Amino acid sequence: MNNQIAGPSTPPGAGIPDAAEPALRVRDLRVGTDNLDLITDVSFTLAPGERVGLIGESGSGKSLTALALLGLLPEEVKASGSIRLSEVGFDVVGASERQMSKVRGDRMAMVFQEPMTALNPVMQVGDQVAEIMLLHRRQPDRRAARRAAVEMLAKVRLPDPEGAARAYPHQLSGGQRQRVVLAIALANDPAVLLCDEPTTALDVTVQAHMLDLILTGVAERDSALLFITHDLAVVATVCERVLVMYGGRIVESGPIDEVFTRPRHPYTRGLLDASDMDAVDGRGRLHTIPGTVPAAGRFPDGCVFRNRCAHATQQCVQVPPLEHKGARAHACWHPVEEPT
Amino acid sequence: MVFALSLLLASAVVFAFMAVLPGDPARVALGVQATPEALEATRAEFGLDRSLPAQYLDWVGGLLQGDLGRSYVTRADIGPQVFDRLQVTAWLVMAGMLVALVIALPLGVLAAVRHRRLSGMMLSGASQVGMAVPSFLAGILLVSVVAVQLGWLPPGGWVVPADDPVQFLRRLILPALALGLVQGAVVTRYVRSAVLDVMREDYLRTARAKGLGPYRALVKHGLRNAAIPVVTVLALQLATLLIGAVVVERVFVIPGLGSLLLDGVANRDLLLVQSVVMVLVLAVLLVNYVVDVLYTVLDPRLRRAG
Repeated sequence: MNNQIAGPSTPPGAGIPDAAEPALRVRDLRVGTDNLDLITDVSFTLAPGERVGLIGESGSGKSLTALALLGLLPEEVKASGSIRLSEVGFDVVGASERQMSKVRGDRMAMVFQEPMTALNPVMQVGDQVAEIMLLHRRQPDRRAARRAAVEMLAKVRLPDPEGAARAYPHQLSGGQRQRVVLAIALANDPAVLLCDEPTTALDVTVQAHMLDLILTGVAERDSALLFITHDLAVVATVCERVLVMYGGRIVESGPIDEVFTRPRHPYTRGLLDASDMDAVDGRGRLHTIPGTVPAAGRFPDGCVFRNRCAHATQQCVQVPPLEHKGARAHACWHPVEEPT
Repeated sequence: MVFALSLLLASAVVFAFMAVLPGDPARVALGVQATPEALEATRAEFGLDRSLPAQYLDWVGGLLQGDLGRSYVTRADIGPQVFDRLQVTAWLVMAGMLVALVIALPLGVLAAVRHRRLSGMMLSGASQVGMAVPSFLAGILLVSVVAVQLGWLPPGGWVVPADDPVQFLRRLILPALALGLVQGAVVTRYVRSAVLDVMREDYLRTARAKGLGPYRALVKHGLRNAAIPVVTVLALQLATLLIGAVVVERVFVIPGLGSLLLDGVANRDLLLVQSVVMVLVLAVLLVNYVVDVLYTVLDPRLRRAG
């Protein structure tokens, strides 16, 4: 078992409030259909207030992980393992719809990628924010909820929050809509905030504002943040720790500055090289990772990255275990040498 | 504006069709024994001796003042007749639509929610079968089973609701079912696909992420969105329902607009036919207008800014 948060000799009941109970603890999460594994052996924890990035190419299982955390997997996809939230008495894996309805939007909330389609087009924005507070009885009645909604819209710095509350989504820009989505997600002070590529669909000029709002939002609430993206620069500004995912597995994890300066897994190395817009190869082209992400279920046995990896050997037919060393971990038989 | 233009265009088309039909209305009205003088007099009486454009303008001018003209055959005013019959047909169409909606809304939603399960597949299969049954056949079946063999309801006829509400309802049920069952099957399929589309929308996932259960999310956030395409289909189906009513009125011996139309055709009462068709066109255009208004109620994106 991996556990980077809880100290080894913490006596039970001894209150070390921050480190004792993680906001989210995921253990051996497996997601898949009857004959297809989509996510395998994913384990990680988020401490309260901790900001963790989940990175990887499209198709590596990041979004599916988020949906599994919310218990909103497509019907034919099942999860096993364990997902525990602080102050929630049951496991998200295997929880009933009724139980999950109390958790979603209250203890755990999510900001989705596409602000243009994430809001109901025929409902006033203020009502959509008010709904989540009414639903979890955070406000006594419609009028109070509506007033609180306007306050939330002001907190995400929408210009003219009163007017915005009366607007329909199509009357707002993409950036404004994403602020509304964030207002909805933060309305009930969730213990865990999941953000799935929250800025990918936005103009570069609005991205920074949005990131700033997310950071302020989680800091004010001491919410743990799981930030999914493929943009390494964004992770570096937002997160303290990073999980690198490929082929439905976590292949490397650790503090951002260490992982980004001294990656151990060839995949992380490849991601970093590919995002370096200054470095070029011998022919003057930007670096890329050879090959493409295989379709779900088409990843090789053993190490999922071995068919794209320059260092792969016969040994890589075996699944490399996630080896922990201090705060860092990597799953590779031939890790990138640490520079001396 | 568009409304008026469509109406004008429709009147020209209807008039042109009637004008090119062979047969002299005066001869039809007076019979083969009529003397040339009598024919001449009748033609003059109805303005049939004038040029076609003049006749057309006459007719349209009358329509604008609510005067539908007089029947060539019975010489009675057409307007009051059409108005009486229109009320009957309106009851029939509305009742048929009600039956269709009562069937289609719950079954369509259910078929969508359970589309992966056996019950959902059976529902869409049943609606497929229902679509294939023409309403006159449904009418004949209903008459022979419910009215003739079981004797539960009268096989046909009509009672004005103000005269005897109970008898009115008893006579309305079977024709409304004949019309509505088939329409219900058609609309069920549209409701199902509209709800299925909505279920795949991102905002429904947002609603679930807020903590709404699957059914509440669908009811609160899905149905109004799904209603938009369904309303479009309902408007189109209302036109089909009007046509269906023409036939069903025959089966159930109901004195509606359809019977009047068919009588007019049989008697070669051209002006009557012309007027009934115009009233039907007007009804369809009105429905479309109402639907346009309804869109803006349902969908704020269609409202004009300001």
